[in-house]
Amino acid sequence: MAKVINIQPVTRIEGHARIAIHLDDDGEVKDAFLHIMSLRGFEKFIEGRPAEEVPRIVNRICGICPWMHHLSSNKAVDGCFDVTPTPTGHKLRELCQTMAHINDKILHFFFLAAPDFVLGPDSDFAVRNVIGIVKEAPELAAQVVKMRQLGQMMLERFAGKAIHPIAGVVGGFAKPMTEEERIGLLTDTRTLLDFALFAMDFAKTSVFPKYEETIASLGTITTGFLGTVDDTGALQLYDGHLRLMKADGSITDFPVNQYDQYLSEHVESWTYGKLPYAQCWEEGFSMDLDAPKGIYRANTLARINVSETIATSHAQGELEEFREKFGRPAQGTLLYHWARLIELVYSCERTIELLEQDDITDTDIRAKVEPKAGRGVGSVEAPRGTLIHDYTTDNDGMIVKANMIVGTTHNIAPMNMSVKQAATTLIKGGVYDEGLLNKVEMAVRAYDP
Amino acid sequence: MGVRVAEEWLHSCSGCEIAILNIGEPLIDILGLIDFVHMPVLMDHKYYGQLGDGKKLEIPEAVVGIVSGGVANEEHLEVLEEMRKQCKILIALGTCATHGGLPALINSWGMKAGIENSYATPTTDDCQVPEDIVPTPLDRVYALDEKVKIDIILPGCPPNPRLIAEVITALVEGRDPVIPGKSVCDTCPTKREGKGNVKTVRRFLENADFDPEKPIDDMRCLLEQGLMCMGPVTAAGCSRRGAPSCISARVPCRGCFGPVRKDGNQMLDMMNALASNGIDFKSVVDRRSLLRFSGAHGQLRQLPVPVRKAKEDE
Repeated sequence: MAKVINIQPVTRIEGHARIAIHLDDDGEVKDAFLHIMSLRGFEKFIEGRPAEEVPRIVNRICGICPWMHHLSSNKAVDGCFDVTPTPTGHKLRELCQTMAHINDKILHFFFLAAPDFVLGPDSDFAVRNVIGIVKEAPELAAQVVKMRQLGQMMLERFAGKAIHPIAGVVGGFAKPMTEEERIGLLTDTRTLLDFALFAMDFAKTSVFPKYEETIASLGTITTGFLGTVDDTGALQLYDGHLRLMKADGSITDFPVNQYDQYLSEHVESWTYGKLPYAQCWEEGFSMDLDAPKGIYRANTLARINVSETIATSHAQGELEEFREKFGRPAQGTLLYHWARLIELVYSCERTIELLEQDDITDTDIRAKVEPKAGRGVGSVEAPRGTLIHDYTTDNDGMIVKANMIVGTTHNIAPMNMSVKQAATTLIKGGVYDEGLLNKVEMAVRAYDP
Repeated sequence: MGVRVAEEWLHSCSGCEIAILNIGEPLIDILGLIDFVHMPVLMDHKYYGQLGDGKKLEIPEAVVGIVSGGVANEEHLEVLEEMRKQCKILIALGTCATHGGLPALINSWGMKAGIENSYATPTTDDCQVPEDIVPTPLDRVYALDEKVKIDIILPGCPPNPRLIAEVITALVEGRDPVIPGKSVCDTCPTKREGKGNVKTVRRFLENADFDPEKPIDDMRCLLEQGLMCMGPVTAAGCSRRGAPSCISARVPCRGCFGPVRKDGNQMLDMMNALASNGIDFKSVVDRRSLLRFSGAHGQLRQLPVPVRKAKEDE
């Protein structure tokens, strides 16, 4: 008899989602969906607000990546008020953004994703979580908790708040860094780099080899990719231009402020999440697994794919090894985890680079600002993908209009496709169990939505 | 067996859950005292059974229930009512849960207008607003106590990890938790020199005046520097290193712990605070956003349609 398997809520992800797998009379998968269940409407309620206040409002879009919204928003307000942050203001922002990436990757890999790999996809659901890891591998867990906390407290110590930050301001930053703060952060980041290299090695020797078959197949689809690079094509997280890559490897580069000429958002009646696609490919939108149209992915794997190189040494070594093994662009959905760890290494190395620059402690941190009418588009690479804030202000510097495309959104169509691919491959003749349904969720978790 | 705890998030951002994790190493000790039986961000318990074939949303029984986020759609309400039914003690965690939080800014327009606007942005294809399967929105964003009885409120955006640990530990030990009842100003170490000459407050377009090499208690009160700072009308609790969090970044307070008295009105209280210091409250730009963290409980209401706009619509 036809029925719907209702996986609700999708767990160990950031938001509110439901997976519905529709089986036909023979128990075969007829269709499968990832429904995004909630929407808050930030674009509306920042209307009328003084633009300089908005970076400390929109950070509440995401409690896991508030720095990304905070800084993307600050860049958009810089644009509205036509101001360029001072060099040190710019660097302090990038520093905080990069430090925030470190915590995020530790959180996702070890707290959210690892239970599937360390305890196994088929393990009892009641222990398949970070608390289960605390019991199963107490030393590893203690180390992970300590490292994530170290990263969070670095941000809090320097910038006042780690969650829902306030220290980025239009024109730059609200406080300079003292030499004492610099030395403290540098010491802690070196500890984190050691941990990042350990994590990379641990995953490559003890985790990924056990799941080679799953990594190659689970949720795997063929799409294009979106990320941010600099003029040499090197990976950038804070600033650069956008790059779309087709599945065949061909590339389109464009400036952030022209995003609306390259990307569009499709809407389906069954999900609050919009489904962005590459309108510049002029092929429309389709989630057909065999012949997708306009579909690209964002987040770690996408950035690793679109980048020619990574400008720090350890991460570049990892990129070369990854590319040797999986090609370019790599399409395996579970490779998001692998790419995430490469970015963890990069984030630590880049943080150290920034802290070693002489002018990071300069006190000229904020340019002169006057509210005015204008439009600004700001973007950063958030852990979950390219994050775009686009504001228009009136003569008093109040927001009249806003548009945002947040990181996770880019992956909503791909996640739907991966869910369908996973469900169709795994469920045959109406036979399924808890472990198998968890594997369908693993296809979503890889995207860290 | 430890004390059973269930955790849920509603109209929220996950910052409260990250604040729980930011308890840090003491969290490992706390995990020895409690058993989480449901917590979507970290654990795999499902509403409709692990095989997805249940007909009714179910959350396991627990002694302590923790809910973050406000209530803005029918699914939030269903989950909240189930949590109330299954948990002996229900904690509203974070300012969204206690006062609506930032998402309640939409109450000036209503949920419907907020959602419609999202599907009318320039990059969105022509479409109908989604309404299949997805939960139907309520008219506005509600704080939890507008819908069910709440036993303990712990505001903050994010809430202070130390206070979360205190509340959980107190409940496990069977005592009353110690939660601060003062204002941000009461806990702020900046120098207050008296009323001075400030007659108006200005927007935060240039940084505060301070010596970065000197500690916070050497900096003059930001309100006395002429910056709009909501310390006088905001509940204390954010301090992590001896000063309120935003002040420690040399940035004025915007009220994220909600009003000092639970049913206070941060906008009216701030107007009074400014007036009593001889500051012209009309110099505050966008006064309604003084309620940006506490817009539930009917504090922020739908704006009347401007007269000119209404005429155009006719």
